[in-house]
Amino acid sequence: MSNNGQSKWLATHIAALPRSGIRDFFELVSEMDDVISLGVGEPDFATPWGIREATIYALEKGHTNYTSNLGLMRLREVACDYVAANFGMRYHAAAECIITVGVSEALDLILRAILDPGDEVVYHEPCYVSYAPSIQMAHAVPVAVQTVESEAFALEPGRLEQAITKKTKAILLNFPNNPTGANLSFEQKEQVAQVAVRHDLLVITDEIYAELTWGEACQSIAAFPGMRERTIFLHGMSKAYAMTGFRIGYACGPPELIEAMMKIHQYSMLCASIVAQEAAIEALRNGRADMEAMKEEYCQRRNVIVKRLNDMGLRCTPPEGAFYVYPNITCTGLTSTEFAHRLLREHKVAVVPGIAFSSAGDGFIRCSYATSMENIEEAMARLAKFIAK
Amino acid sequence: MKEEILNLLKKDARLAPSEIADRLATDVETVAGIIDECEKSKTIYGYCALVNEEAFDKPPVRALIEVSVQPERDDGFDNIARKISKFSQVSDVMLVSGNYDLQLIVVGDSLQDIAGFVSGKLAPMNGVTSTRTHFMLKKYKECGFTAEDEEDYERLSVTP
Ligand SMILES: Cc1ncc(COP(=O)(O)O)c(C=O)c1O
Repeated sequence: MSNNGQSKWLATHIAALPRSGIRDFFELVSEMDDVISLGVGEPDFATPWGIREATIYALEKGHTNYTSNLGLMRLREVACDYVAANFGMRYHAAAECIITVGVSEALDLILRAILDPGDEVVYHEPCYVSYAPSIQMAHAVPVAVQTVESEAFALEPGRLEQAITKKTKAILLNFPNNPTGANLSFEQKEQVAQVAVRHDLLVITDEIYAELTWGEACQSIAAFPGMRERTIFLHGMSKAYAMTGFRIGYACGPPELIEAMMKIHQYSMLCASIVAQEAAIEALRNGRADMEAMKEEYCQRRNVIVKRLNDMGLRCTPPEGAFYVYPNITCTGLTSTEFAHRLLREHKVAVVPGIAFSSAGDGFIRCSYATSMENIEEAMARLAKFIAK
Repeated sequence: MKEEILNLLKKDARLAPSEIADRLATDVETVAGIIDECEKSKTIYGYCALVNEEAFDKPPVRALIEVSVQPERDDGFDNIARKISKFSQVSDVMLVSGNYDLQLIVVGDSLQDIAGFVSGKLAPMNGVTSTRTHFMLKKYKECGFTAEDEEDYERLSVTP
């Protein structure tokens, strides 16, 4: 049955997918005790109680059915109001919004909805580990543009434009960015928008970390001139509202695209969990204060971790958003994988090697500050010892 | 900056100025200066620990007391509230809206101790028209903290 450890039944494009670098590392970490992990891409906070309580109430009332394929109308309405208030675009709840099982599913839906075999999608690296595989699973070709430390990991429009070919169908953006914490300024978004308009491309913008910005927040790229009709805006409850396990995301965009996404979602997923949708309604209606309190805590952790890293000689660009720092480790002479493995073995601190996020990520590691201040201080003390050696 | 510092101290009064400075991305001198100023102006008027007194050999007894008073012509409630505050048995005094005027927390060694304070000192005071005493049986939350942590749920240690 097996050929190079793979079943002969596998589809070629699935067999060709690389294993996620994060998975390998995760397995190593899970075999060890007392590890301080800066490797986690989810909030360390439990979902605020008000949201959990509303979820329990929804269960008590017997809200346990399928919902509309697009999601509960009440949720689409509050989500569209939330987007209008915070991002600058007004979408129609009935036709321009779909509730999905996390941003993960929304991304998969839009890629499958628009891509023909051989189409290209330009995205930027370092990035979230799912992007290239998701594009490949939609039988298309991922084309990476590197963002670099000297430009604070912002997407340089010239380099983006060079990557565009006749086969390019879409640009996939993620700012604030996992793993670099980079964000785009108003001018940078404007320039990227102009590239998209000039080449008549669709833009998929994954703004899952949007609330968690430490510098100046500005409108979504979808709100720039000429963009609304060519942008799919992706957002969700996982990060800012500490609701990863609820698995709720949403996509807003032109009705034809939402309709196409709905077709796939209808046949493959049916709908997102109704209980989780009820939780999301509560979060978007009444969760602001709890979210702001978590945000304030992340901001303080960010200030501490950036200072500690720079003080110990690991240069790091102060992140503008999300809850990651992406320090440069080239001064140690180690590859990112060697660095992460040795740090784990010798000092029991888990960080993710930059190579997991980019082919050019070898001089970097990702440290998540979605963990307690105590853990951060202890991890930084251990890291400083490791660097000093 | 001042409010951010005060909010941090309200959550953890033991934070050193250097730790506060790192969290707020500023320098120690600024933080120390602001704290000093707040202490002098009594914006910060004390520091205390939240202690679970059930751990004591002889836990003190606490009562929440609702007090109705006759306000005074020039001072309103202030004069009587200040007088009540001076008793060492009284740990908290608040003016509240509703069916009564002042809400106190009184601490003593025993129920009798508190009963004696109420009947001997508080109720007979000039201006106090009635009192109602509720003995505290168990405390669940104080100043935003609970004595029991929520049970830790195991999180994956590396995720994308
Ligand atoms: C950039 C980015 N997009 C999407 C996701 C997945 O989010 P969800 O929980 O909404 O599926 C993550 C999670 O780490 C992420 O970092």
